[in-house]
Amino acid sequence: MSVSLPASSPVEATAELGVVQPLATSPVIMHTGSGFGRYWRKVWLIMAKDLRIELRAKEILVVMIAFSALAVIIFGLAFDLRVPRATMVVPGVLWGILLFSGILGLNRSFSAEQDHQTLLALLLAPIDRTALYLGKFLANLLFMLLMAVVLLPMLLFIFDVNLFRFWILAAILLGSIGYVAVGTLFAALTASIRARESMMPILLLPVMAPVFMAGIKVAEQVLDGRDWTDFQNWLGMLVAFDLIFLTAAFLLFDLIWEEM
Amino acid sequence: MPPLIRIDNVHKRYAAKPILRGVTLAVAEGEVVALLGANGAGKSTLLRIIAGLMKPDRGEIVLGGVPVQKASVELRRYIGFVSHAPLLYEHLSGLENLTFFASLYDLQNSAARIEAVLQAVDLWRRRHDLVRTYSRGMQQRLAIARAIVHDPPVLLLDEPDTGLDQQSAQMLQSLLHQLSDKRRAILFSTHNLDRALTWSNSVAMLMRGTITYHAPTENVDRHALSQLESQTESAVGVEG
Repeated sequence: MSVSLPASSPVEATAELGVVQPLATSPVIMHTGSGFGRYWRKVWLIMAKDLRIELRAKEILVVMIAFSALAVIIFGLAFDLRVPRATMVVPGVLWGILLFSGILGLNRSFSAEQDHQTLLALLLAPIDRTALYLGKFLANLLFMLLMAVVLLPMLLFIFDVNLFRFWILAAILLGSIGYVAVGTLFAALTASIRARESMMPILLLPVMAPVFMAGIKVAEQVLDGRDWTDFQNWLGMLVAFDLIFLTAAFLLFDLIWEEM
Repeated sequence: MPPLIRIDNVHKRYAAKPILRGVTLAVAEGEVVALLGANGAGKSTLLRIIAGLMKPDRGEIVLGGVPVQKASVELRRYIGFVSHAPLLYEHLSGLENLTFFASLYDLQNSAARIEAVLQAVDLWRRRHDLVRTYSRGMQQRLAIARAIVHDPPVLLLDEPDTGLDQQSAQMLQSLLHQLSDKRRAILFSTHNLDRALTWSNSVAMLMRGTITYHAPTENVDRHALSQLESQTESAVGVEG
């Protein structure tokens, strides 16, 4: 369905003032109504806009990668002389860094929109608010996974532990989905709070305890050479977490914007 | 014919402080209404309630016969909103900003429309430049282009003249004249009495949470309005 608004008619005053060119009188035609394709197009638009801005501003991914590189070096120095086998600490280091550097990116997700008040323009647009959530979620997930892609070779270099194993990668993907699902919701919740940088970890980290635990257990058992049946429960926990929190965030996101 | 914007006995509180205490106002098609009032009088709050960004505690906003609180997201197609902040992505170019927002509004003939509005605000030549390189006046002109790219029948402007130089203010005035056709209702807030009288065809004064004065521009008693304005300045002290 589409709607055609009648053309604007230029007024004499414009010519008199001679400041602006008359606005062209072609009618504006808009598609209206909802639809699966249109919904996902909006999701894509929000995500693509965030990626394009990040490509230019470098405010999220570069900070996340720089933080994780520094953290790997610090952990490398801290554990080097005290741990008999690096595989004992690397799973914890991996997930600790993923969580903490992830917060840096998630914090910027909505605070940048809030700082420039562009969030207001998004909320004024005729888009379902869940499309806004999904667009942000997908952009944040991509940043998180890109950061993990850079982090794993760094861990290999510093600790000499190869984490490029199928089930470890699967756990990182599943854990990141749950983490970003909750983190995007909390980032929206805290965007207008003055102390958002400190509020975000306080809110997010306790909720992420199951993901942290499950991610570490899967990595530990894969590195110990166990069969996947030994850690399938942990993988199941990650899947359940993703489903529960994605659904909850999807349902709750609209309520955040009751008052803006 | 019913007014395009109908504000009916709207009340709003922040914490325990009443900001709006029964605002009633109507803006018909073809009408440009200037909303005057001191800082904290509730102008921004009222405009945000009309735009559907806030809910009133009591009362109703009706746009084109449709109550805003009961309307679907589709009603947002009929509202254009300009704030004193430009609401633009500074790491995107002017053209990219308008293309993005035109896509959110599902504009079919967006390229032609975007060119028309960019020409109208005299930014066509700078369309590929990042918004962060624009001056304050250029950003505000692009903000207006963003608000009208979908040609909304209801146009709300919250202190659009804040920080504008003379040339940009003049351009804004002529744009408003151009946009004030018979099928559009325009409501803008301002501190500037001269601009209110020049840009609009009726003036409303928001004071202590209610409309205390509303008259066609040609009938405005400038002296009485100035006195009211100074009373408002001394009566209100909270940002709103």
